[in-house]
Amino acid sequence: MEPTLQTLLDQDYPSTLESVDEAETVILKAAADVGFDEDEQHRIGMSVRECMVNAVVHGNRYNRNKVVHVGVTRSCEPEAGEKFTIRIVDQGEGFEIKEVPDPLEENNLLRHSGRGLFLMGAFMDDVKVRKAVPVGTEVTLVKSVPPQQ
Amino acid sequence: MSVKLNTRQVGDVSVVDVSGRITLGEGSSALRDCLRDLMAQNNKKILLNLSEVSYIDSSGIGELVSGFTSVANSGGTLKLLGLTKRVKDLLQITKLYTVFDVHEEEAHAVRAFA
Repeated sequence: MEPTLQTLLDQDYPSTLESVDEAETVILKAAADVGFDEDEQHRIGMSVRECMVNAVVHGNRYNRNKVVHVGVTRSCEPEAGEKFTIRIVDQGEGFEIKEVPDPLEENNLLRHSGRGLFLMGAFMDDVKVRKAVPVGTEVTLVKSVPPQQ
Repeated sequence: MSVKLNTRQVGDVSVVDVSGRITLGEGSSALRDCLRDLMAQNNKKILLNLSEVSYIDSSGIGELVSGFTSVANSGGTLKLLGLTKRVKDLLQITKLYTVFDVHEEEAHAVRAFA
């Protein structure tokens, strides 16, 4: 099997809540085209929504001069198999992942916010968060593509 | 489709029929305003019917939690009715399913306020 990499989306979005809806809609369609079933599409869509909200609200803080970059690829490698990968990059000040409270801890259960990153981890196969260069935060969400019927 | 909320009285219980999406922005703020109005009118027994809620994100979960604690702090009780599988899964994943008093039938839920 030859390694392949197909770009399905490569776009900058303004820092608005409308962008959250737009990115979710586009990526849901890409996920359906790739062959994910409805439940997996829901999990992917929700992860994208949570990640976009973090980027727009907490990262870029609705700043009109900042964008959220969204990239989606479908890749295939002999060892790893087929992957659907979403990369969302904001231009905010960044955060320390170690400082994000665990929403499942008893003292945090009734907090109003702080569940977004946890839900991404619950719904995707892999989630990576790192500082982007020169500024911002890059979140990578990965889901294995189901074998074709 | 964004969220729609309709409030009706069943005895002394205020039942809020919620439909659509409870997400950051219009959806979650509409739910917050609705609960705030009910508390301002001194309604102490509030039942949120979520059977027509198609989607809820972490902001929506946050509004449910805030509503639950605000109603409790004002001496009232908030219960949930008719969770769809996806909403139920979400509350289980976030360990909130056992925090809320969840019912599947309205009559049961109303009686549970007594």
